[in-house]
This record gives sequence, structure tokens and C-alpha cells, in this order.
Amino acid sequence: MSASVQSADTKRRAVSAVMTTLTAACALFAVTMLVLILGYIAIRGIGSLNLQFLIDTPKPIGEGGGIGNAILGSLVLLALASIIGLPLGIATGIYLAEFGSGKFAGIVRFIADTLTGVPSIVVGVFVYTIIVLPMKHFSALAGGIALAVIMIPIVARTTEEMIRLVPASLREGALALGAPQWRVTMGVVLPAAASGIATGAMLAVARVSGETAPLLFTALNYKFFNFYLDEPIASLTVQIYNYSISPYEEWHSLAWAATLVLMAQILVINIIVRFFTRKRF
Amino acid sequence: MANPTPTLPTPTSAYGASSRAWSWRRTLSPTGNMGDAVFRALLFGSAFVLLLIFGAMIAAIASNSVPSMRAFGFGFLTSQVWSPIRGEFGALPFIYGTVMSSLIALVISVPLSLGVAVFLVEQAPRRLARPVTFLVELLAAIPSVVFGLWGIFVLAPFLREHIQPPLANWFGWLPLFQGTVTGIGLLTGGIILAIMITPIISAVVRDVLAAVPMSQREAALALGATKWETTRVVLANGGPGIAGAIILGLGRAIGETMAVTMLIGNRPQISLSLFEPSYTIASVLANEFTEASDELYLSALIQLGLILFLVTFVINAAARLLVWSVTRGTSGTARA
Repeated sequence: MSASVQSADTKRRAVSAVMTTLTAACALFAVTMLVLILGYIAIRGIGSLNLQFLIDTPKPIGEGGGIGNAILGSLVLLALASIIGLPLGIATGIYLAEFGSGKFAGIVRFIADTLTGVPSIVVGVFVYTIIVLPMKHFSALAGGIALAVIMIPIVARTTEEMIRLVPASLREGALALGAPQWRVTMGVVLPAAASGIATGAMLAVARVSGETAPLLFTALNYKFFNFYLDEPIASLTVQIYNYSISPYEEWHSLAWAATLVLMAQILVINIIVRFFTRKRF
Repeated sequence: MANPTPTLPTPTSAYGASSRAWSWRRTLSPTGNMGDAVFRALLFGSAFVLLLIFGAMIAAIASNSVPSMRAFGFGFLTSQVWSPIRGEFGALPFIYGTVMSSLIALVISVPLSLGVAVFLVEQAPRRLARPVTFLVELLAAIPSVVFGLWGIFVLAPFLREHIQPPLANWFGWLPLFQGTVTGIGLLTGGIILAIMITPIISAVVRDVLAAVPMSQREAALALGATKWETTRVVLANGGPGIAGAIILGLGRAIGETMAVTMLIGNRPQISLSLFEPSYTIASVLANEFTEASDELYLSALIQLGLILFLVTFVINAAARLLVWSVTRGTSGTARA
């Protein structure tokens, strides 16, 4: 009797130990994947990376070429997306945090969360139908709007979360001093939440800077430097896609180098955000 | 002395039911109302734009699908023929490829991400949990096209050399593992999807587990449960939230475009073999959208987009409700 209880006990302990080890193995596997991917990018990318590559435009096979116009194009697209998306997203976030108790706010919150789950290629299709079809050609503007549509719900929800972290006593203090609502929000609540909102905005920019699918048929691609918003424009991600599905070894190297540039930018943003949020939470 | 309560109005609809302080504001400072009204209108307008975008998205995609709906009706969903030259379009191969690649992704990713989340919330010491959490989240920050590039040049050759031949040897009697081993196909697409959705599922599961009250763990431990048995209690408590996290991951897998497009082989066929090339809805949009020369072709593609939109919408709505039921919308909702 007691022997069987004992053996059942040993079995339970053994199962527990095995499962604990398995969960650790899962975590180890996920981290290994990250290291493998980043490691390959670093090793394969560094070889083709040089100044010429960073400022040149793409060239026919055998002549080298670079991603200067793609880097500039990505910056233009991100700037456009930020100009449109950040104010709208932040204002929506403020609305949800400061007035967000009614049914309307509940719907907005729900739609925002659902929009973040809409595949980015569908956003591309949407922007194609409302901008590219009427204009009859692809454009940087369409690409920027597509990225903005992706940004708005993300920024709105992170802004809301950050503003909610501001203690109510701060608002009450300002209101008690006779400040109107808008001054309380703009002068007291927003400055208190500013760094949080900024990190949320940066994460949203990092997120859309990796987007390819919504640009394929909005911003398309362009072989040269372009400074006009109503014309197609190159982007880092689309350039990486084109290089990597090409049959040429040389272009594959360029794809890795371009990826290194893209990942460096995304990692830097993520690490800065990590550094800032670390102290606060 | 007058009773002061009558001067405090009941919360008006204009300022929302819960924020009583704002209603006081209205009566105490009549001068502030103009600025407040403008401020509130601006913020409300922004929130309304978000709804407009959503409405416009449905309207624009649906209305541009009409020519294809007229031409093919419900047969669009069941036809296997995709021939732009003959003007015949059927979605079934793409639906099949999307469903299969997502299922493969879930089969691999669900145990993996549950393991990661349990390790980080229940088992790892804090000093280890924090950096590992960051690293796993970093995996989610890698763009799809980068997964695709890595998949083409690292994962696909690895599967071709080391994984697929043994699978074909041992399980070749199953139709799933027959066919030519190329490294590019349904299996590779599913595996890259699994790697991509693991950080997303595990992030939401982590929030769900963290929301399970500590008393549940203490009670289990006090009854003499082992660490794993305690974890099972916690997992059972977070059940609906975990289901929500998995559905959220499914939604992400269905809509993933670039990495899958680069690895799945892009052939509109229905084959039982996981080694064979396949095609997903998102991939055909990525590949053929700019080539669509006539109206019907374009409309058929947009209708595929509509299907993708509706499916992911329903999936996400369901997942949100499940996750909210556990975390009550407090945290982590903006993450995925």
C-alpha cells in the first residue's frame, strides 16, 4: 500500500521534472531561432555592406548596385505614414483613455483591436481600390497611407494604455485648480505620459518599417531616386523581396546586406524602447 | 445652509457616464466649456476616423468584388480552376493552401508557445524571465520578408537535406509525406509560420497566465501538488484566454504573406503531400495583383482579399472576446 503511494509520488515528481525541463526547452528553442536568424543576417550581410552599397541605386546583374533609393524611399514612406497615422492614432488613444467609458468608445476599442489583426496585404488591397484605382497609377502616397492605416490602431491602443497609467490624482489636482479639461489633458496628463506614448509610436514605426505586403501594389518599386509623392517609390523591404527571389547569387548577397540594414534599424528602435520602458515599469 | 448636492449634476451623456469629475467641471467653470467642446470634438473625430477606415475597408473591398461574385457566384469557393488566360477563377486551391499551412503552423506552434509562456510565467526565475521575454518578443519584431529570406537560404535547404528525407523514409506510406523533396512547399511554409506566430501566441498566453490569481497556485501547492500539477491548474483557469491566444495566432498565420509566398512554392493545386508546392490566398494576392490585366481578374483577386478579410475579422473578434474574458481588457490587448 505505502509502497504504491510512494511510487505514485515518485512518478508525479518525475512527470513534474520532465515537464519543467520541456518548457525550458521550448523557451531555449525560441531563443535559438532568434539567434540563428540574426546570426545568419549578420554573417551573410556584413560581407556586401559598404558605403557604395548604401548610396547606389539598383543596377543590372553583374554591375553591383545598391539600396540608396530604397533607404530614402522607406524614409519617405515612414514619414508619410507617421504624419498621417501618429496624430490620428494618438488623438484616438487620448479619446479612449479620457472619455472612453461609453458604448461608442467600446466599439472603437474593439474595431481598433480587430484592425490590428487584419492582414497587412488586405490593407494593401483596400488602399489599392481607394487610391491607386482612382489615380490610375501606383504612388508613394498610396504606400504611405497603407502604412498609416496599419499604424493608427496600434498607436491608438498603446497611447490609451500609457495614458491610463497616469494617476487620477494628477488630473484631479489640475481640475481642482480650475483648469479646463483640455488643459488638464494637454498640459498635465500628456506630458506625464509622453515618454510612454513616444515609445509606443516608435514601436509602431518599427513595426510598419518591416511591412512589405501592403507596399507591393501601392508604392510598387522604382529603380531610381524619387522625390515625388504621386509616383512609385522604392522601399527597403520590397527591394529585399525582389533581390531574394531573383535567381542570381550576387543579388542574394545584396538581399542579405539590405536585410542587415533593415534589421539594424528595427533592433535599435526596440532596444531604445526597452531601455526607456525598463525604468518605468 | 443649502444642501450642496443639487449643484452636482448627474453625469451627462456628453461627458460619458463614468467620469463624474468632468461633469463637475461643466458647472463649476462655464468659461472652460468652449475649449473643452472643441477639444472633445477633435478627439471624437479621430476616433470616428478609425471607424470610417474600417467601414471604408469593407465597402471598398466588397464593392470591387462584385464583378467576380456576379460571374462565379458561390462556385468561386468550390472551383479548383485558376486560369487568368481563360478568365476562369476558383478559390479552392488557395483556401486549401491557407488552411493547411495554418494548421501545420498551429500543430507546431501551440505546444511550443504554451511551453515558452509557462516557462516564463510559472517557472523561470525573474532574472532569467525578463531577458528571455525580451528575446522572444524580438522574434516577433522580425519582418515577414526577413523570415522569407532566411527561409529560402537556410530553412529550406536544411529541411531538404536533413528533415524531409527521413520523414519520407519512415512515414512515406502516408500520403502526407510522399512526392519530390525540394525543400519548398507546404511543410516549409507551415514551419516558417510556426516560428513567426510562436512569439505572438506566447505573449498573449503570458498575459493570460499572469492574470490568473496567485491564490489558485497557492491552493494547489498547499494541497501538495507538484510544480507541474500546479501549472495545470493555472492553465485550466486561463482556458478561454489560452484558446483566444491560439485563435489569434491562427488569424495571424492565415494572413501572413511574404514569408509564405517565398517558401510555399506558389502552385495552385490541391495535393495531400506536405512536400508539394501549394498556394495561399495572401500569396496569390502578393504575386498576381500587379499583373491583373482585366477587370474580372482583378475583381477575383479582390474577392480573395474579401474572403481573407472576413475570415480574419471573425477570427480576431472571437479571439479578442475570449482573451478579454480572462484579462478583462486590462493589458496586453494592444500587443498582437
